Amino acid sequence: MSSNRTPRRVVITGMGCVTPLGHELETFWRRLLAGESAVGPVTRFDASTFATNFAAEVKDFDLRAIIGDAAEGHAGAGLGTRFAIAAATMAWRQAGLAGGGAHDPERTGVYMGSGEGSLDYENFFASSLAAWQAETRSVDTKTWAAQALEHMNAVLEVEQEPHVSISHLAREFDCRGPAFNCMTACAASTQAAGEAYEIIKRGDADIMLAGGEHSMIHTLGMTGFIRLTAMSGRRDEMDTASRPFDKTRDGFVMGEGAGVVVLEELGHALARGATPLAEVAGFGSTADAYRITDIQPEGLGAQRAMSAALHQAGIDPSKPDDQGRAPVQYVSAHGTGTPENDGIETRAVKGVFGDQASRVCFSSIKSMTGHLIQAAGAVELIACVLAIRDGKVPPTINLQTPDPECDLDHVPNEARDLSGAGGVDVCLSNSFGFGGQNDTICVKRFVG
Amino acid sequence: MGIGPTGCPPLKFPRAFDRFYTRRMQRDVVITGIGAVSAAGTGADALWQALDEGAVKTGPISALDASGFPCRLGGEVPDLKARDFVPKSYRKATKVMARDTELAVVAAQLAIADAGLSSRGSGETGSCATGDGAHAIVPERTGCQIGAGLLSAEVNELTAALATSTDDQGRFDLKQWGSGSAAGGDGANAMGNLPPLWMLKYLPNMLACHVTIIHGAEGPSNTITCAESSGILCVGEASRVIERGDADVCFAGGAESKLNPLGLLRLTFAKRLADTGESSDASAFALPYSESSTGGLPGEGGAILMIEGRAHARARGATIYAEVAGFGAGHSGVPIFPGVFDEDPGPTQTDAGLFRAIRAALDDAGVEPDEIDAIVPGALGVPSADAGEQNALRAVFGDRLAAIETITVAPNVGVATAGHGALLLAAGALAIRHQRLPARVHASGTGTEPSPLRVGACASRDASLHTVLVCTPSLGGQVGAVVLRKSDRDA
Repeated sequence: MSSNRTPRRVVITGMGCVTPLGHELETFWRRLLAGESAVGPVTRFDASTFATNFAAEVKDFDLRAIIGDAAEGHAGAGLGTRFAIAAATMAWRQAGLAGGGAHDPERTGVYMGSGEGSLDYENFFASSLAAWQAETRSVDTKTWAAQALEHMNAVLEVEQEPHVSISHLAREFDCRGPAFNCMTACAASTQAAGEAYEIIKRGDADIMLAGGEHSMIHTLGMTGFIRLTAMSGRRDEMDTASRPFDKTRDGFVMGEGAGVVVLEELGHALARGATPLAEVAGFGSTADAYRITDIQPEGLGAQRAMSAALHQAGIDPSKPDDQGRAPVQYVSAHGTGTPENDGIETRAVKGVFGDQASRVCFSSIKSMTGHLIQAAGAVELIACVLAIRDGKVPPTINLQTPDPECDLDHVPNEARDLSGAGGVDVCLSNSFGFGGQNDTICVKRFVG
Repeated sequence: MGIGPTGCPPLKFPRAFDRFYTRRMQRDVVITGIGAVSAAGTGADALWQALDEGAVKTGPISALDASGFPCRLGGEVPDLKARDFVPKSYRKATKVMARDTELAVVAAQLAIADAGLSSRGSGETGSCATGDGAHAIVPERTGCQIGAGLLSAEVNELTAALATSTDDQGRFDLKQWGSGSAAGGDGANAMGNLPPLWMLKYLPNMLACHVTIIHGAEGPSNTITCAESSGILCVGEASRVIERGDADVCFAGGAESKLNPLGLLRLTFAKRLADTGESSDASAFALPYSESSTGGLPGEGGAILMIEGRAHARARGATIYAEVAGFGAGHSGVPIFPGVFDEDPGPTQTDAGLFRAIRAALDDAGVEPDEIDAIVPGALGVPSADAGEQNALRAVFGDRLAAIETITVAPNVGVATAGHGALLLAAGALAIRHQRLPARVHASGTGTEPSPLRVGACASRDASLHTVLVCTPSLGGQVGAVVLRKSDRDA
């Protein structure tokens, strides 16, 4: 391949999110800084008897309220896809790209880490049970096919394919450039943003819409995680069930939503008068190559992902920065609140930052938003950019009982205002997926 | 042109930090191993033989009773035994692998052996021993990018559990389903009847994760889910990872099986499949680019390629299939799903994303359209996709298109969805290796097809193949193109 690609700088010029804490950037951020919990009983379906009957749901979401009549073009879209269209619209507007004419479709791409949609459960279950033969303990496939072809919703079924939200975004925003969807489980949207950054950096596009969407608050989504014993079972204390880094943590709390950023080559952004909100400075992707169900105990894969991102950003994690601050002021933790993740992630941060680790703010917004699964990384990246803007770091709430395994500065329960201490200039955002896929992205304050 | 590591800025970090990360940029990326699994059988040789002989390997679907579906023909992988392709210590893990994952695991094992590389997991397998003198991969310098689809839950397994939670009219009872899950109870009549690891079996990234675990591939890892083009996009992106210096070697490709109830249902709903009725003659449905086609035949399988930096390949004396000379990607835009809830724009539409991707791949390779010796197109047999593809190719190549040779794969083995693009790349690389155009299967015969491509049936023959374009449209519109080039500087 041609080799004379000079490194290009990549900045974020727009952001949008749909989260359990709000569908608008400033609401989301205000509530994060206030330490609010979005967790409540599941309302999407009757989960009353489920071991985990609570989640952080997106509330009062109406695509039409955000994009108006254009919503008609996405009538059949699944919930996650509608989240993505709303988030991307807000990002596109903030970037000053709305109204058309400001982007070259051929040089504009989409990279999402979108999750699968929800099945037409009612008709799927009915078709399956109608075809069930108790004697042979098997489904009569011919009967099943006839039932399913007649009763299941074809549009819903096709729409739940994970790359479909990209198809909607490419149509809505007229993007003909590189288009990808990745499914690296809980790491997906950090990966998407990182890969999109690489695509712009190497010159294959000038603008990328990047992020992810997901909702697994449905029958089999909740069932799957309950069977894996990955979710909190604190039915009686659901408000405080999401407890990353707390000694009493017993699993994550499911969230849902979407986060989308507009990534843009710096020169392209400046030439059209856009305002860089932050610069993407590095990206690391690794595999644990350890076990399907467990994380490498020292978090070596996570350490290599963080190290790669830092190296590209030119940051030495073993030394204070030139103002004497921590080398990175904020690390947005994967911080799911599972017993396994938080201890290992803490060890990994220590492994990378050494003596500096205890000086780094290292909190998990999943304590408030729940775990947005494939959308988590993009929303956490957005929180990092807002932290840089305001010099404030969101807290880890519900952190009441210290865990000796998680003994870094997790910004317990109250947001930290660092604006008097030099603010926040550099952040890492970590996302790790089932099966051992690790992604870290580094963003820093844009300095021209 | 300078070959080999071009170096990166000296690392300025303490040694303790260095051990985590190095970056060695490489200019050229080459294919040194092919692991293919398809209806033609297991191994690149089986695929090549079927293509070369013009054998139709699709036939009546036997994996399930398909008689309730409009399409009852497909390309099944015969005798797939993933157990025989993993180390003894990993055999137990095959129980939590969906068929898609098994296909990828087998393809990866074949690929690493074919490349003359070895890993911690490549030695002691029954079916695929590593040769003496194989070069051991370095874990943190080995990446893995495997395309996947949405893995289908096994309807039997799921319904067996659902059937324990029904009301007195036999309808699914959600309250009962949830009841067994509370307070650690496993619930005889509830979700507790699903295996604890049930969901893990169906995560699309499990293809890549099992491969990374078996072989200890700790480098950059990704799972791209863009239907038929997934394999092309993975090979293109993995090439970029090697170019930018983040890995020396990558497993790259894709695999999928939709030969299961939910898979066939979704392809039927998406209007991708031929209506075969009672016919058992699969060759009659090999009709890419024909107006009389009603859809393609589903296949399963895919391919994993070992790709590596040329300098790395040369240093170890590897045999090179071809250079990954250029890569481009794009999005087709409208329509998203012609005939499902978009209008089908008909035979005059051009897949604008594919046009963009092909142009980008040619530019990236530094070649002009008239340097392309052969094209390996998607040839899905889906009328709307075929129309978009052939018009995109005509827009790139103009009248010369009719003179460029075409290699098709779908008529032989069906369309293996997320594995399809990787099989196209394998076919292209094998054709370059053999300097031979495989036979072409096409039911309508030469002279009758209205396509501007050379797609009529023909026998195989020797040919001088230097530069080959591989591309495919996809359901959903994310598309990719790769230019493969014969390596004139073989190690």
